[in-house]
Amino acid sequence: MTGDPTLERIAKGNGLALCAAGPWTARFAPVLEQMVADAEKLGGSRPNIFIDVSQVDKLDTFGAWLIERLRRSLTQGDVEARIAGLSANYSSLVDEVRRVKAAPAADTTTVSILGMLDQIGRSVAGFGTTLIQLIDMLGAVLAATGRVLIRPKTFRLTSTVHHLEQVCWRAVPIVGLITFLIGCIISQQGIFHFRKFGADIFVVDMLGVLVLREIGVLLVAIMVAGRSGSAYTAELGSMKMREEIDALRTMGFDPIEVLILPRMLALIIALPILAFLGAMAALYGGGLVAWLYGGVDPEAFLLRLRDAISIDHFVVGIVKAPVMAAVIGIVACVEGLAVEGSAESLGQHTTSSVVKGIFFVIVMDGVFAIFFASIGM
Amino acid sequence: MTPVSDRAPETSDSIIRVRDITVQFGVTRVLDGLDLDVKRGEILGFVGPSGAGKSVLTRTIIGLVPKVAGSIEVFGIDLDSANARQRRGVERRWGILFQQGALFSSLTVRQNIQFPVREYLNVSQRLLDEIMVAKLGMVGLGPEVADRFPSELSGGMIKRVALARALALDPELVFLDEPTSGLDPIGAGDFDELVRTLQRTLGLTVFMVTHDLDSLYTACDRIAVLGNGKIIAAGSMADMQASQHPWLRAYFHGKRARAVVG
Repeated sequence: MTGDPTLERIAKGNGLALCAAGPWTARFAPVLEQMVADAEKLGGSRPNIFIDVSQVDKLDTFGAWLIERLRRSLTQGDVEARIAGLSANYSSLVDEVRRVKAAPAADTTTVSILGMLDQIGRSVAGFGTTLIQLIDMLGAVLAATGRVLIRPKTFRLTSTVHHLEQVCWRAVPIVGLITFLIGCIISQQGIFHFRKFGADIFVVDMLGVLVLREIGVLLVAIMVAGRSGSAYTAELGSMKMREEIDALRTMGFDPIEVLILPRMLALIIALPILAFLGAMAALYGGGLVAWLYGGVDPEAFLLRLRDAISIDHFVVGIVKAPVMAAVIGIVACVEGLAVEGSAESLGQHTTSSVVKGIFFVIVMDGVFAIFFASIGM
Repeated sequence: MTPVSDRAPETSDSIIRVRDITVQFGVTRVLDGLDLDVKRGEILGFVGPSGAGKSVLTRTIIGLVPKVAGSIEVFGIDLDSANARQRRGVERRWGILFQQGALFSSLTVRQNIQFPVREYLNVSQRLLDEIMVAKLGMVGLGPEVADRFPSELSGGMIKRVALARALALDPELVFLDEPTSGLDPIGAGDFDELVRTLQRTLGLTVFMVTHDLDSLYTACDRIAVLGNGKIIAAGSMADMQASQHPWLRAYFHGKRARAVVG
């Protein structure tokens, strides 16, 4: 029973008989394909061709199709090759594959310079669409906020608190740790270079201004975009994939009100809190390094800090936080709702949620810097 | 079809042999000392109340749910003591149709069907394409759906494509988890007919979890009923109708059953 499949050629006068034997199954498909390809060349213009399959002891779709393929290629004009000795068990299978039409060619994607230019063009044009989508979402969120303000009962407090826990409370340890370390590094680098011209103490000015105005909020916003923006996109995206958002809509709920508003609000509350905690952790880390590494004792550090920074620096930093939170939230929600049916699409949109989120955060930071410089803060 | 195999010798005509199987989630015992045999070449319909553990049993046999006790033999190979190579061999010989289709969402229909073939066999792209069209034809779909993505298919088409993928390697055994749920009655009837035809054509053994009385009447050779973690009855449709078990009486003599029998 075991053994390899064979296809023997027996010439009969001016006719041709091909005798198939053994198991013609998927397991032997590579061998069978080669045998059939060789046999296809034998056709010529013989008037009488038949394929004897009486010795085949096992046949499946692969074997049946290859026999059918052989039959088709040996058939020329009106001289049809025949299959002989087919057992009743397999006749329905052979009938089944006989109905198969020629396979459509797989579409191949060709890489060309034109194609690449086309891609670049589409991406640039896509940027405009992204901006419109973001503004559209901003409008929808504001409209939903308006509706909730008119009817406060529809506000989803539980959901907001839940998201606040996720994006704020649970983010405290990691945000604290990273900003602490960044504070340490800034302080160490500052002391190392300032020491050369005896300006050790100015590291406090640099640390205070840098952390409160820029680093604290920017770093925290980037971390939140990576941590919570991606989570929002993935959550909304998988809800979209499973038609949960459509279900909400048909029940008469507005997905913006139910899903997006609580998330946005949680983010807008969370980011200033995290930015404040982050700035404090960075100052603490910087002060610790200044003391242990630079010999600036805590008392001198605090005195210097009080002289170096004013409330303006703190306000400049913290005012940016809610705006950045809104940008991150809107980007994440737009991307989440843009997810289509496939797992791949979910991955793409989650990636672009984080990338676009961070990009817009930095752009916003630049805009704020110009604004504050021009009003003299 | 002659039940000959060019692969492993089989000791009996049972293609699946489940003995004394127990599955537990926390403290809930879902399957409790269950025995089941599926014979070569038959279509076994597997019924039972919702939540009785039909899908759990299927998933236990195919190795997705761990069991606490008992043994499972498929094609005469004990799946617990099988080494990785034997297991792969077994997995190549069965096909599974999941309840929701479980098509790979980022692959087209063509790639979905070709995926198992491409992994297991080293054949040309031409043969892959031809086999894909043949399989689509067997499940009643034309080659024009080949380059669509699963999200662009209707529910019935997803089931058909998933069946084509389950059949891609010409398995000897197919598990169908509620194949007709979510199909319209005509579509479901066609599907039953399709399973029957394929079983005849390819000599399949079919293990079908179903709630569809029509499927049980038209497609199944034998019916097994799950209740309280055990098989409470197994036999032909006539045996089921003659049974005095209260759940069976309710199921096979209820309003819906009478509508099917006519």
